[in-house]
Amino acid sequence: MHAPSLRDRLAALLRTMLRIRAFEDAAELASQGGVAAFGQTAGSGAAVRGPLHLSTGQEAVAAGVCHGLRREDLLTSTHRGHGHTLAKGADTRRMMAELYGRAAGSNGGKGGSMHIADFSVGMLGANGVVAAGLPIAVGAAQALKLQRKDAIVACFFGDGAINRGPFLEALNWAAAYALPVLFVCEDNRWSAMTATGPLTAGAGAAARAQALGIEALTADGNDVEAVNDAATEAIAAVRAGRGPRLLHSVTYRIKGHVSVDPATYRDAGEVAHAREDDPIERAARRFVELGGSAAELAAMRAGADEEIATAVRFAEAAAWPEAAAAYTDVQSTGAGRWF
Amino acid sequence: MDPPSYAEAACTALGDAMAQDGRIVVLGEDVGRGGIFGQYRGLQARFGSDRVIDTPISEATIMGAGVGMALAGLKPVVEMRVVDFALCAMDEIANQAAKNRFMFGGQGRVPLVARLPMGIWSASAAQHSQSLEAWFAHLPGVVVVAPATAQDNHDLLLAALDCGDPVIYLEHKELWSQRDAAPPGPPLRLGQARVCRPGSDLTLVSWSRQLHWAAEAAQTLAERGVQAELIDLATIWPWDRDTVLNSAARTGRLLVTHEAVQAAGFGAEIVATAAEHTGCKVKRAGAPRIPVGYAPTLEEVSRVRPAAIVAAALELLR
Repeated sequence: MHAPSLRDRLAALLRTMLRIRAFEDAAELASQGGVAAFGQTAGSGAAVRGPLHLSTGQEAVAAGVCHGLRREDLLTSTHRGHGHTLAKGADTRRMMAELYGRAAGSNGGKGGSMHIADFSVGMLGANGVVAAGLPIAVGAAQALKLQRKDAIVACFFGDGAINRGPFLEALNWAAAYALPVLFVCEDNRWSAMTATGPLTAGAGAAARAQALGIEALTADGNDVEAVNDAATEAIAAVRAGRGPRLLHSVTYRIKGHVSVDPATYRDAGEVAHAREDDPIERAARRFVELGGSAAELAAMRAGADEEIATAVRFAEAAAWPEAAAAYTDVQSTGAGRWF
Repeated sequence: MDPPSYAEAACTALGDAMAQDGRIVVLGEDVGRGGIFGQYRGLQARFGSDRVIDTPISEATIMGAGVGMALAGLKPVVEMRVVDFALCAMDEIANQAAKNRFMFGGQGRVPLVARLPMGIWSASAAQHSQSLEAWFAHLPGVVVVAPATAQDNHDLLLAALDCGDPVIYLEHKELWSQRDAAPPGPPLRLGQARVCRPGSDLTLVSWSRQLHWAAEAAQTLAERGVQAELIDLATIWPWDRDTVLNSAARTGRLLVTHEAVQAAGFGAEIVATAAEHTGCKVKRAGAPRIPVGYAPTLEEVSRVRPAAIVAAALELLR
């Protein structure tokens, strides 16, 4: 690969990362005072209410992996899933409207941040239950295989998920049936408000995958090019029918577990170091090294900010769902029998 | 030729449906060998191991994979071996299958039939004998079915495969080898109960294996001059309120009997609804709130025999 194409790739990756960051920042701002946590009751004034799990600082994993996927590929995600959804190609206006709980949201206001989904781009849903996406991902992959489709499934989960049973079950399952799944352990080092490391035996996600005979790759989760390189290699193997792969990328959750969590339980030095290693700033420096200009960078930042500002205006102007929508899409058999 | 057994009838229904609809797949433990009760006999030979899928003992992922298959366009039949094991897959049933369609705003549906063999059978003790229909009836998003006859197991399984919703399909282990002595009546739809025996003195509602003991009780009552109207509920949710309430309004008395623990059982929902709407007198006959024991003397304590149903009916008539 020669320099211009490397630069073009990085520009595309950086644009996605900037859009995710702008989305998360706007969502965080809109949630101030609106999220119940730590014994505090939510205020009613905030636009975004309910648990809001931000992926600020983790953008390189979402961007690096999803840029290797096709539109028809499927994706399962976690409660911290805005970045994956956006990077898979979802419309940021409908995403923001969903966080606002509006009828124009991607889920019609029925799911919010934790259940954000966009089936039109193969995004089969974020999940409020840790590790719950893994079994769904392997089932979707089994369906693709049975339907003789060329598509694959990318399955994002966090470091906390590897300590739940469905992680073992789903990896074993994917290997046993040689399914087209890319498992992505987006390791932000925190299981909610507890450090994952001391509570996790052995050498982590990659070692556990290897124990099941699944080839595992690791890539620096704050280096978007490294993530994209590894993901591209893994996706090619998965798409070629060589069975599942696992990618382990260590990154860092710059914000708390939820948007109102000040995360004072963390060592200040750890957070400061993570901010210095911000994947977006790293990518920006690299972009300049590759010959990109400050003006191009500024234009990318402005473009991302403008898109997300538009998304916020769209969400603010959108209507609430009608109360009657609470009764739709529950079930068809017996619809109308609610008591 | 003998009519088909409860297991054979379901197997025929599933085979016919699979032959017509390539989206239907079966997954679960030992399904390739026909299932532990023979309810999948011959299906893997007929449709191949890609469509009748032997799985590892991974209940959470069997059910979760079923959800993923459904979201990706298939119609999975998920075998759980016994309902008790489905408790290892409760997140996948309650948080995923039941809620995905709603929480994703209708973007995806989960047309999945989860077969959960239920009930007391052959000294199977506390973890292989439960009747948990009330747990599932409490979950918005799922249909709950509990057929009592071979013909209904055929017809309702086809209906479940056709309905597009996640269905909790509870087959009673004691019934697998049973053959219908006579056809029970026209095919049932989901949500439709059957009046098995007309009567004017009280309404007697049951389902699954317990229906057959309720029928024996109704016969004994008739010999004593009491005409019980026996109703097979068949679908637990959505249950056929019209049939039950119309009958209860006419007879003025409603007795519900089920094999499940009586406390917070589905009978409580039925009698409460009937009392609210008709003012009828109500009574329940369910099991005591104890685990099912292994020894015959202990297991027997959890059974609600015809004599107990008769006694409850006579009390209601006093």
